[in-house]
Amino acid sequence: MTEKVIGKAPGLYKEFVRKGGSAPTATHYCPGCGHGILHKIIGEAMSDFDIQDRTIAISPVGCAVFAYYYFDCGNVQAAHGRAPAVATGISRARPDSVVISYQGDGDLASIGLNETLQAANRGEKIAVIFVNNTVYGMTGGQMAPTTLVGEKTSTSPDGRDPRFSGYPIHMCELIDTLKAPVFIERVSLSDIAHIRKARKAIRKAIEIQSQGKGYAFVEVLSNCPTNLKQNAEQTIEWINEHMEKEFPLGNFRDTSNDVDKIEKIYSDFSVESLDEIFELEKAHIFDTKSGGNYAARRLKVAGFGGQGVLSMGLLAAGAGCFAGHEVSWFPSYGPEQRGGTANCSVVISDDPIGSPVVQYPDILVAMNRPSLEKFAADAVSGATIFYDSSAGQFDPPDGITAVSVPTIEIARKAGSEKAINTAMLGVMIQSGVLGIGKTHFCEALKVHFAAKQKVVDINLRAIDLGSEWARENL
Amino acid sequence: MATKLVKGNSAVIIGALYAGCDCYFGYPITPASEILQDASLYFPKLGRKFVQAESEEAAINMVYGAASTGHRVMAASSSPGMSLKTEGISYIAAAELPCVIVDIMRAGPGLGNIGAEQGDYSQMVKGGGHGNYKNIVLAPNSVQEMCDFTAKGFDLAFKYRIPVIILADGVLGQMIEPLVFPKKAIEPTIDESWAVGGTAETRGNMISTIMLDFDELEELNERLQKKYELIEKAEVDHEGYQLEDASIVLVSYGISSRIARTAVDIARKQGYKAGLFRPKTLWPFPKDELKKLAKGTDKEFISVEMSNGQMIEDIKLAIECSAPVDLVSRMGGNLITVEQITEKISRIANKRGLK
Ligand SMILES: Cc1ncc(C[n+]2csc(CCOP(=O)(O)OP(=O)(O)O)c2C)c(N)n1
Ligand code: SF4
Repeated sequence: MTEKVIGKAPGLYKEFVRKGGSAPTATHYCPGCGHGILHKIIGEAMSDFDIQDRTIAISPVGCAVFAYYYFDCGNVQAAHGRAPAVATGISRARPDSVVISYQGDGDLASIGLNETLQAANRGEKIAVIFVNNTVYGMTGGQMAPTTLVGEKTSTSPDGRDPRFSGYPIHMCELIDTLKAPVFIERVSLSDIAHIRKARKAIRKAIEIQSQGKGYAFVEVLSNCPTNLKQNAEQTIEWINEHMEKEFPLGNFRDTSNDVDKIEKIYSDFSVESLDEIFELEKAHIFDTKSGGNYAARRLKVAGFGGQGVLSMGLLAAGAGCFAGHEVSWFPSYGPEQRGGTANCSVVISDDPIGSPVVQYPDILVAMNRPSLEKFAADAVSGATIFYDSSAGQFDPPDGITAVSVPTIEIARKAGSEKAINTAMLGVMIQSGVLGIGKTHFCEALKVHFAAKQKVVDINLRAIDLGSEWARENL
Repeated sequence: MATKLVKGNSAVIIGALYAGCDCYFGYPITPASEILQDASLYFPKLGRKFVQAESEEAAINMVYGAASTGHRVMAASSSPGMSLKTEGISYIAAAELPCVIVDIMRAGPGLGNIGAEQGDYSQMVKGGGHGNYKNIVLAPNSVQEMCDFTAKGFDLAFKYRIPVIILADGVLGQMIEPLVFPKKAIEPTIDESWAVGGTAETRGNMISTIMLDFDELEELNERLQKKYELIEKAEVDHEGYQLEDASIVLVSYGISSRIARTAVDIARKQGYKAGLFRPKTLWPFPKDELKKLAKGTDKEFISVEMSNGQMIEDIKLAIECSAPVDLVSRMGGNLITVEQITEKISRIANKRGLK
């Protein structure tokens, strides 16, 4: 670590214009700090692999927040700990880019631990260079997740006490539990021999990016002479004798020779492809006439999940569209659906629809007893309630008509017990309460069950049989 | 005019894809999850990029990264997730990156519940995170607008290099209405003057939000304020209904504005001169238009919002307290009812003889 941090290196800017100030070739790092050496190694690798045009380096929050002063490539500076997420965004948007995320231990192993592990686990096409100097450098040498047991920092003045602060976190070992990473190695910058090995590992991680092969992680044991108050000799001893014991050096994984390049995917923006995925050939042109004289209908459909109540509502809304009315549909959602009940609101109108949520229905469909009990009291005076005969005896309040419908029997006749909802719909259509002709329901049904002709047929039959039942019984 | 019955949340993805959105980053949360689900279905079909992120924080930072490359990118969430995103939104605003973020508001504070509410108004309209920044906030009130405003959001985001929030709620997200599909699709290009695209042309570019020099940071702040002034001049959008002779003006946005519109119709039938002023942009807030409306005549305003009087402050500021402003509100996931509004209208009108 005695090497000068000032000086030219390929891949770094010749003058650090963004830094400004009077010393345009000096870095902002403290003398003797490992960050400077590491920058040179990365710069040199970018230059040697001829990838500076393609490379986007991410500066973290920490002492390396100004890494973009130096790296002669595209640069993006990220929020504290979020560099792997930012790297993910860049790498996904630009499949041809080489993305390098440069992070300290507070950034990577504390506030950004989740992002770190998740990006590794997804196998993002990024190289993460992790500078482990056992402290938060920039903010004044506070304890980091990597601080050694007994190490004194500005927030562990008596030394890290594992009873209250736990133990140093081992990032290589953690990441090595994940399947996706291609390359994981821990190196050190303590002295020339170690720096040579570090250089090799970092070049490998970057080469893997230039080949588009996947996630690479290099943990670099480094120093913070300023906060740890160490001179050059003490630094060497600190890293070699203490850090290395806690964080053994070595390669944890290198599958770069066995893995294929990650397939690059390019985006399709054509209107043809869009129309195709949204199946616009099956879309319709509705002749909606606002201001007509159709008296608005507010419909509530309720029952058990699986009784097709949401579909029934959608079919009514669909028929409303085909009949040229404005429509809206609104479901119960989330926990409301738990416990196996479901309901939806449908409004059909010739005026712009206000609230799509029907609180006081003028038509209520209750497919089971609980729904009948829950919603019948809300029905407006003059409303019609259609309920499944399985709900049992029901005496409607004054001014409300109630119709008990043996939907299962009708559906069975149509060919499937599942068709109870369309059987019920057939009854409603025939009763005339919806004010929409049967043909419109048949059109809506064909759209709704588009791909399944057999299902369409059964449900059309259920509508017919439901209508027939209504003719005979209402 | 190809039309389909479409869910509000799905309409967001349709609008985004036709508008050339290239990347989606999200995390599940009710009542916004269909946006994420539809993105996971449709983005890969077009070779576009989808990541289910580990958290809303990660998602917004993926947006930050991908937006840095000059691509059209987005995220969506609901209130608790938006709280988590605010750090990232502040960074996006500071870095002057374009993106669209959709908030399908639910009831809070805290975990609250998944019912619809409009309690994120202040958070989103005033910026939300730290620092002197604003988001453009668009407030759709139909499935059609969920699609159209999302698409428009991308245009505004790139025109001004600013985050655009689509502020909707659980009802708008979950409801189905007919949607007329966009007719054109946008094939976006990268603006090489600022984007960091991993190309020779953009190698010299840099996205950063740290500025140690006080004057330099003040300069950025001032530049941002100038940009906001421009937006306030050019992009305000609102809609009026029965305002011409209205003596009682409801001010309402999003799902509440639909209920308010019905209330206006009923109040008119009852003989009250009610009207509706509906901001389509919440920031910039249509304050000049409201001020004009308030001028001179004897009027009373009612803020109709599913929150604790968050928008009412902006209304009062806009009209410079030249007329009384009342509040009709529900919270906790309850919708405002038409009766609640008409009752308030008749009470005010009768008290003040405003019929
Ligand atoms: C959200 C947030 N919290 C805290 C900070 C303050 N902060 C700046 S740098 C830093 C520590 C960085 O330490 P490390 O990642 O170890 O990098 P080093 O400085 O040692 O290189 C902290 C906590 C911040 N910028 N943002
Ligand atoms: S504070 Fe420590 S880590 Fe930061 S530049 Fe100085 S020596 Fe390096």
